[in-house]
Amino acid sequence: MSTTKNQISRRVFVKGLAVASVLASTRINLNAKEVQKEFEKGDILSGKVFNLSIGYSAVDITGTPTIATTINGKLHAPTLIWKEGDDITINVTNNLREDSSIHWHGIIIPTDMDGVPGISFEGIKPGETFTYKFTVKQSGTYWYHSHSGFQEQTGVHGSIIIEPKVKDPYDYDVDYVVALSDWSDENPKSIYRKLKVAGNYYNIKQRTIGDFIDEIKKDGFINAFNKRKMWNEMDMGDRDLSDVTGYTYTYLMNGDNPATNWKALFKRGQKVRLRFINSSAMTFFDVRIPGLKMRVVAADGNNIHPVDIEEFRIGVAETYDVIVEPLENKAYAIFAQSLDRTGYAIGSLTYDENIAASIPKMDPLPILSMTDMGMDMSKMNMGGMKMDNMAVKNDKKPMDMNKKTPMANMKMDNMPTENKKKSMNMDMNKKSFMTNMSSSSMDKTIPITPLEHADGPQSTMKAANPQYRLDDPGVGLRNNGREVLRYSNLKSLRSTMHDKQPDREIILHLTGNMERYMWSINGIAYPDAKPLKFHYGERLRITYINDTMMNHPMHLHGMWQDVESGANQFVRKHTVIVQPGSKISVQVTVDAMGSWAYHCHLLYHMAGMFRKVVVA
Amino acid sequence: MKKILSATLLLSSITISSFAASAQSPLYEKLTIDSLETQNNKDKSISWSGNFWVGTELNKVYLYSEGEKPKHSSSSSENQLVFSHAISPYWDAQLGVEYDIDKGAHQTWGVVGFQGMLPYFIETRATILAGSGTLGLRLEAEYKALITQKLSLTPKISTALYSKDIPSMELGKGLSNITASLKLSYEITREFAPYIGVQWTKNYGNTNIFNPTDETYFVAGVKFWF
Repeated sequence: MSTTKNQISRRVFVKGLAVASVLASTRINLNAKEVQKEFEKGDILSGKVFNLSIGYSAVDITGTPTIATTINGKLHAPTLIWKEGDDITINVTNNLREDSSIHWHGIIIPTDMDGVPGISFEGIKPGETFTYKFTVKQSGTYWYHSHSGFQEQTGVHGSIIIEPKVKDPYDYDVDYVVALSDWSDENPKSIYRKLKVAGNYYNIKQRTIGDFIDEIKKDGFINAFNKRKMWNEMDMGDRDLSDVTGYTYTYLMNGDNPATNWKALFKRGQKVRLRFINSSAMTFFDVRIPGLKMRVVAADGNNIHPVDIEEFRIGVAETYDVIVEPLENKAYAIFAQSLDRTGYAIGSLTYDENIAASIPKMDPLPILSMTDMGMDMSKMNMGGMKMDNMAVKNDKKPMDMNKKTPMANMKMDNMPTENKKKSMNMDMNKKSFMTNMSSSSMDKTIPITPLEHADGPQSTMKAANPQYRLDDPGVGLRNNGREVLRYSNLKSLRSTMHDKQPDREIILHLTGNMERYMWSINGIAYPDAKPLKFHYGERLRITYINDTMMNHPMHLHGMWQDVESGANQFVRKHTVIVQPGSKISVQVTVDAMGSWAYHCHLLYHMAGMFRKVVVA
Repeated sequence: MKKILSATLLLSSITISSFAASAQSPLYEKLTIDSLETQNNKDKSISWSGNFWVGTELNKVYLYSEGEKPKHSSSSSENQLVFSHAISPYWDAQLGVEYDIDKGAHQTWGVVGFQGMLPYFIETRATILAGSGTLGLRLEAEYKALITQKLSLTPKISTALYSKDIPSMELGKGLSNITASLKLSYEITREFAPYIGVQWTKNYGNTNIFNPTDETYFVAGVKFWF
């Protein structure tokens, strides 16, 4: 079952060689029953005062020595351990030749401590030290990263663990952080430029003539041609999964490349808590540990009703805490393949630090469907139905006409059969659809505040029929034979009974133009957009509609997003994945005065798909 | 002429408003040599085609050049300097000037162009020319079909039409030329791809009287950008 490092590094598509920088992994053991003090080498910092220094470090991740931007000389940066209720002080010194900053991702703090240059403060000038001081008012798994330039891509990211005042309602014996990231030897400015001048530069799995011939063989020419018709007419590709891929990325687990194979140790029968953090710039990962079920106990730092699954997708900036119970003395692979299947991060959960797990096979290349374009008619009722059905777990019936929703009757009448008509009718119906959605999940109709919106070169596509796809694990994970986590599985442990009903709603269309590599919200890029005004004290409903073919992890600073993950079911998150062509609604208790950043967390989307939020 | 004038006015008004809007976008630039090739035709020509642009996602200044240098005579080329503005997700409208050289003679044109992608991923460019009391129209379209991720087959067709004869430039009234090519290229890197291909070119009408051309030949060259 086990292989040596040499065998691993022979895999052609995995770039990199074994690096011996940080070998032994460090356990955290907060609530862990066994007391093991392995806080060594500055990998973990705890206490109330922290000193972080951002600087340049020589690294060798792919076999080519290069320079990273690091914190205290570490890539991934030291894990910070805080205690809920503590007043903490963090001195951040910038030793780079350019401005820097640290943002505490998902941490609820005053705006001037939030670390976004131009919004919360002026940034940290070269040679200067900025002191962050705040009270820790939450617990769980979070992370921190630079919010300046592309420094996050070149290594300025680290993990945060906050010990709760009241013990978490689950037991475990050992505790590890599993931070995933994407590394490139290329200068991120060069990556960005390549995307701007040749949008498909990193897409190394595009459609070929052979794919079309295969489809002709399978379906005949007419059918194959018609299947392609919609895509071709819109100049869209069904393999446009990630902007930046394994062509340039090496995927890391806790800073270790696949050849190094990061290791977490366990003893048979122990319960192991793994705190997964996606600190990538651009990469979504599909994570599984073949041979082990995972019990998901927290999402984005917040405890949830535990759910047992075999695989989960983790979007950029999300975190998931899982507990696993290895019953055999063997090495289990912690396998995180990139969504586009161009590479993976891997580590081993092993009983012996000299034994690494064998590498699982990557799944086939996911192909986007009409669903991901927001055009699938067969799923039409799912969103509506699911909102009402959510209590019924794993209700996989595609359509249930007997259920009483406003949707079912309204939509079925004018369901056309021809493609073009579809999209037209859908556009027309969209408004009523949304109003109905609101009223079906809420007691009263919520007034919608119109926002500025522009049609034009910014947006190539409009999701004609965007659906709530909470029960959809996402492209590449559908019907793969494994129990895959969905947003509909997530339910906050905290009671939401006393949460206010939303006072009003805004709709944010996530828009983009892959050809020109521009990203925007409501067709307006950040430099041209007015700030969004949130009213202090209100409960705001935000509905996202994804008019692109890509997942966007939407991150609101300073306030939680309570995702409507089912009927009267919420999950509290800092980062919400909006699947391609779908819609999803969140509710925000606007309780933080000041200015906040609000953006897609894909690093190269941020310049445009960004808004300043002003709470007053 | 009136149409061109109104198009010009329209375009320049778009231009002014959009410059202000995109003031904060960073500038990028790109040099693309679509073809630099040797042609196994009767003239044994070296031929080139390419462009350089500098600008933002929405507004760019383009310099286009394409032409050929026969082994034993002087070169001919078409060179444009245009301002290019995004008018829709896939299309740019362009306005500028063109300077053509043909064996010592030359011609200056005012240019209105449209560049973009048609459905089915067909890259297209249409240029309307106006100069010396003559109107011209040039059209080109190409499609890149991937055989593998690196090997591709690109059919391309281009044509030109003029409203009057311009004997000095060897251009005749009506349909002037059609050129079609099929190139098989291999991307060694995204930025660099050698290719081989076959090209057919034929002159029509008075153009064919000024300069009789109807031949099919092999070409070999490179495509690169940075």
